[in-house]
Amino acid sequence: MEEEKINIVTLADEGDLSETDVLENEPQGKSYEVETKNLSVFFNGRPAIAEINLKVRKSTATAIIGPSGCGKSTFLRALNFMHDMVPKSKVTGEIFINSRNISEFDTVDLRRKVGMVFQKPNPFPKMSIFENVVSGIKLNGNKEKKNLHEVAENCLKHAGLWEEVKDRLKQPAVSLSGGQQQRLCIARTIAVEPEIILMDEPTSALDPISTQKIEELIFHLKKEFTILVVTHNMQQAARVSDHTAFFYMGKLIEYSRTRRMFTNPREKLTEEYITGKFG
Amino acid sequence: MEENKAHTSVFAKPKNLKRRKIVNSIMLSLCVVAAVISILPLFYIFFYTTKSGISSLNLDFFTQMPKPVGEAGGGMANGIVGTLILISLGSIIGIPVGILAGIYVTEYSGGIFSNLIKFVTDVLSGVPSIIIGIFAYGVIVIPMQGFSALAGGFALGILMIPTITRITEEMLKLVPQSLREASLALGVSRWKTTLQIVLRTASGGIITGILLAIARAAGETAPLLFTAFGNRFWSTDLNQPIASLPVQIFNYAISPFDDWHKQAWAGALVLISLVFIVNLIVRIVTRDKFANKV
Ligand SMILES: Nc1ncnc2c1ncn2[C@@H]1O[C@H](COP(=O)(O)OP(=O)(O)O)[C@@H](O)[C@H]1O
Ligand SMILES: [Mg+2]
Repeated sequence: MEEEKINIVTLADEGDLSETDVLENEPQGKSYEVETKNLSVFFNGRPAIAEINLKVRKSTATAIIGPSGCGKSTFLRALNFMHDMVPKSKVTGEIFINSRNISEFDTVDLRRKVGMVFQKPNPFPKMSIFENVVSGIKLNGNKEKKNLHEVAENCLKHAGLWEEVKDRLKQPAVSLSGGQQQRLCIARTIAVEPEIILMDEPTSALDPISTQKIEELIFHLKKEFTILVVTHNMQQAARVSDHTAFFYMGKLIEYSRTRRMFTNPREKLTEEYITGKFG
Repeated sequence: MEENKAHTSVFAKPKNLKRRKIVNSIMLSLCVVAAVISILPLFYIFFYTTKSGISSLNLDFFTQMPKPVGEAGGGMANGIVGTLILISLGSIIGIPVGILAGIYVTEYSGGIFSNLIKFVTDVLSGVPSIIIGIFAYGVIVIPMQGFSALAGGFALGILMIPTITRITEEMLKLVPQSLREASLALGVSRWKTTLQIVLRTASGGIITGILLAIARAAGETAPLLFTAFGNRFWSTDLNQPIASLPVQIFNYAISPFDDWHKQAWAGALVLISLVFIVNLIVRIVTRDKFANKV
């Protein structure tokens, strides 16, 4: 019951759709891990997402759903400055990580705090399984004398891959199956000890069994990390997330507790989408 | 019934199967013929050079200096060492400049400047090598008031740049964007991502490009005529004219002496072998440790 109260997200009564972040029974002093204020991203002057206001609590998993092209990836990538790489892109509005405006962060530092797992598994092809896991630590030139083998073992265990690869750490990462590669990418991401992990459709290139493993993983990881996961799969959102945000045509339509979203959505559009009327 | 028919027809022999098979085999034979034609010159060159040069090839050829006209024997020790020095100088200039320019074009700029570089490297790769020699003559030989190994190495370096830039560019373009993003998302800085992930992933192709450039530069004669000039004596001084295999081969080949002609063939054989050996060594040293495991 207690938990219910804390997590319920409701719309301000007659509020505008983007203002969906009023939380009831706000515990005093508890801050948000991720918060966006009027976040918009433009490509070639055209908005891909507009005025997104979203708050995410620490150690929760938030699913982002919506039809293709609605701006889910764009939103996620804004959170770790990935639009840097795209010429003619512009980001407006504010993003706070741990209540700190990310404009205060150095890009590189920000990305160490906010890790990312991509749609297609992308291990570094010229590196072994072991090298892949510790690549972030090594390339960042971490001078502390960490025991890399210990770190690798830990992260691989965390990612549920250790038992499968412990005898072949020196083999090329690309010799793993797609699902294993994706878990390797997750291990590589947690090796740099981020606080937040962004996942952009992490299972859409995988078979059902690998998908299930990743979902279980997300469920475990959210104890230690704050997870934002884009998914096309409604069941997946329902299974792994605490909160769900529904995007449509670049706007945040509804942001609710996942259970509520899938049983009693506030918006007609949301209902139509999750019942498969479009999308 | 109707459906059934349609179904079986997929597996039935099509009427034009024979014709298709014939066309197929004609195309295949044409490809084989073309492939043979393309490798024939190489075998012929190898065979003919070996046949004509092997008789003059002995230890002396590698250790002795050229003998004066009329005396038999002697070798091209100075030319062999000179060519190695010139290639090294050329590589010191050509490889870093070529790779960095290629990196700049693909990784760091998308604007007018990058197109300008692409255009200029294309033009440069089409410039006859003798013109490159004249250029090096203008910027190095004249100010230094004399032919020199440095000027020769400079000319070869310039010659190598467009090949290496182009290949680097093409190879970097083949590296999927997702790898760059994966690295950046780990908090790895841009330049480390470029060097340790992107360049490393593309290294196989780039090394091939470098070897091509070296092979081409090693055989160049024209740009050396006004720069390294040639030297009948032993010299490893970078500020002095230096001997090189191609120039020596050229001089010997146009001479009226039979003995020198034979030596020219031997020189050609050594030059080809040299390129081959450099290729082999670089391949072994830089071989991909995962190449056979995947
Ligand atoms: N690099 C880019 N350049 C131009 N337009 C882009 C770029 N990335 C995304 N877009 C546009 O932004 C919109 C949202 O895309 P995206 O965030 O990838 O959607 P989703 O992930 O929800 O499928 C799309 O209309 C897409 O065409
Ligand atoms: Mg997407």
